[in-house]
Amino acid sequence: MNWNLFVTELVSGITHGSVYSLIALGYSMVYGILKLLNFAHGDIYMVGAYIGLGIVTVLGGPFALTVNVALLLFLMFLCSMLGGGLLGVMIERFAYRRLRNAPRIAPLITALGVSFFLENAAQLVLGAQQQSYNSFSWTNTPIALSHFTLPSGAVVSYASVIVVVGAVVLMVALTLFVQRTQTGKAMRATSFDREAAAMMGIDVDRVIVVTFFIGSALAGAAGVFNCISYQQVFPTMGFQAGLFAFTAAVVGGIGNLPGSVLGGLLIGLAEAFSIGYISSTFEQAIVFAILIAVMLVRPSGILGRAAVQKV
Amino acid sequence: MDGGDREIPNVPARPDEAQVPKVGVDSWVATHEGRVHRNRLVAELERVPRPAFYLAFGVAAALLPALTSNDYIIRVGFDTLLYMLLALGLNIVVGYAGLLDLGYVAFYGFGAYGYAMLASPKFGIHWDTLAIIPVVVVATALLGFIVALPSRRLVGDYLAIITLFFGQLFVTVYQNGNRISILGQTRGYDMTGGPNGIPGVDNWNLGGLKIASLQGYFYAALIVFLLCLGVVYLVDQSRTGRAWKSLREDPLAAELMGMPVNRLKLVAFAFGAAIAGLTGTLFAALNTAVFSADFDVPTLIIVYAMLILGGAGSLGGVILGAIVVNVSLEVLRTPGHATWIFYVVVLGTLIARLRPWRWLAIVLGGTIGLGFVAHAIAAAAWPRGTHGSASIGGWAGSFLDHWQLHPANPNFIGNIAFVILVFVILGVTLLRGWVRHLALIPTLYLASFAWENRLVIEPSVTRLILIGVILIVLMNARPQGLLGTSRVEIV
Repeated sequence: MNWNLFVTELVSGITHGSVYSLIALGYSMVYGILKLLNFAHGDIYMVGAYIGLGIVTVLGGPFALTVNVALLLFLMFLCSMLGGGLLGVMIERFAYRRLRNAPRIAPLITALGVSFFLENAAQLVLGAQQQSYNSFSWTNTPIALSHFTLPSGAVVSYASVIVVVGAVVLMVALTLFVQRTQTGKAMRATSFDREAAAMMGIDVDRVIVVTFFIGSALAGAAGVFNCISYQQVFPTMGFQAGLFAFTAAVVGGIGNLPGSVLGGLLIGLAEAFSIGYISSTFEQAIVFAILIAVMLVRPSGILGRAAVQKV
Repeated sequence: MDGGDREIPNVPARPDEAQVPKVGVDSWVATHEGRVHRNRLVAELERVPRPAFYLAFGVAAALLPALTSNDYIIRVGFDTLLYMLLALGLNIVVGYAGLLDLGYVAFYGFGAYGYAMLASPKFGIHWDTLAIIPVVVVATALLGFIVALPSRRLVGDYLAIITLFFGQLFVTVYQNGNRISILGQTRGYDMTGGPNGIPGVDNWNLGGLKIASLQGYFYAALIVFLLCLGVVYLVDQSRTGRAWKSLREDPLAAELMGMPVNRLKLVAFAFGAAIAGLTGTLFAALNTAVFSADFDVPTLIIVYAMLILGGAGSLGGVILGAIVVNVSLEVLRTPGHATWIFYVVVLGTLIARLRPWRWLAIVLGGTIGLGFVAHAIAAAAWPRGTHGSASIGGWAGSFLDHWQLHPANPNFIGNIAFVILVFVILGVTLLRGWVRHLALIPTLYLASFAWENRLVIEPSVTRLILIGVILIVLMNARPQGLLGTSRVEIV
């Protein structure tokens, strides 16, 4: 067996999977509280990636950075998380809030419209062509180019390490927030039963805004992560990533945060191994097959609880 | 109301219906019709049976090729008919059964590719169209059935994601179907032509009757559409149609009433898919080629916009929505026409919505005044800001030249103006009363600036942005669309 290929695909799968997990967390949080499939979530990820690119460009461009790489990374994450979070809050305020009690299909179509609007507005303003992040040539410490070699001979780039470590840090922070703070408690209560939570004096509107902010900020961070390791940004990048991330959320059990992380890793690994071992064009088909299989066998997801429908 | 013998003032035209609530209907809901204020023309029109309208539409559409010999106009008419067919099929799934089908255009593509494979030099098969259509329609319906199968036990959202995924998968598979590579083995089987599509597709050949002209295809599409419309109308009136609508209104209640919910969902799905497949055969035949890129998300969103604009669940809405959206999209291709449409629509909206009249006068006068002042200041302080010219000619163009700023190199500043415009419009929706009216003045001027300097320059993207905006705004402001009936919410 070729261990080198195996380890390479494993690393690539975990890297990709961490990005999917971050996006899936946002999907899952919003779905848990509003029961809304936020199709625009993938496009927030795209906007986050462009914000990161904007920071690199403002600070001198990839070939002549004027600041330290650590500071640059910090600024990129700060700005894209803030920007993504604010965008999410705006979308909630202006597109979804009025539809909270509308028939289920109305917010879904609105979400589709928001996604389409963001994609095409990005194409108008930023251009349709792919833009390169070009972290290969960052001065001082080139990130993507530097790597270390595992005993098996597989090459792991520092970019992957940054992505995985960063994703884990964010996930731990999110878990602490949801489990330990007052707002996190309110979020869990709202997700459990929105009406009852409102009757208990929880400001549901505020909880929803916070949820959108955090979920979208994670998507913004995922955008930067993806670009550090894959070097490319283009306006339609959010669509497929959003689709895979949503699949991850469903596979793991939607509304369940550890489930989203598990689902994200699973989808990332499935994608990487199908590219490495089966076919480089049909990884979508493999992921789709996983989705269908999970839906047939365990409709509530791997870690999800079967929902009891209230009448 | 519950007094029974109490006289009700202003009883609506159909007293028996208003006074005796239908079984199982709340009396407030039952009399909803009577309280809705309608003007007389609308009330009269509503008494005309629906099929008369469809027939009138058919006659009017049939006259189009007789009125014009302009191939472009007939081509747009043909495309509009195809969109109507697509929206008709989607109306069954979304409008009647209330299922969100986001893989709908894949069925359209499946039908088009099916026709292209059975009637082109690709595999050397040249079947008669009368044989292809049943095969394609049945195959597409089966495909729709299979796609909906895994999600039959689940809530609607899962169906949306499965179908969206299926639609993406369709495009990927057909785009890469020329070199299937599995387990490291690349095989040369070329099923779909890959990115080059399938060229040289035959014309429709109905048992020897060949359709070769654009006019011929227009009539073929019209006949197919009217037939489908008739079938859908009858199904809508039938038991199945009522069952679908009950499923849309409340799936749980429908199930409790003993309706076969799963079967209804699957049938609606297969029915919609079959119409899309049939439409695909027309598309492939007139274009004489099929490419997988034609069946991607933008087409899906355009069909959704038509359905939503017309009003989901309304057959007249399907016709109206397809005409409005497709004709607007065509007009937006030409910058000169697009600019006219833009200003007419903005002006029309203001005149229709802005009351009282004095505020309309203030806003319009203010916007025009602001423009001339801004132009005068810019001409003195920033001469480069007035170097460009408007996108239209004539008196209106020269008015725009003196009113709006046209920087010599507008791309960058146009982009910024567009982004600011989005924020400003969102901000204006938060304001109330006179502040909002005053805020409209700079907003309108900014909108015109962004339009002149950026949006009109890239019509192909602007069209899609507008489609997205239509979906968002309609869903928030008038979810029932132009011709749909608003739902009475019982709490």
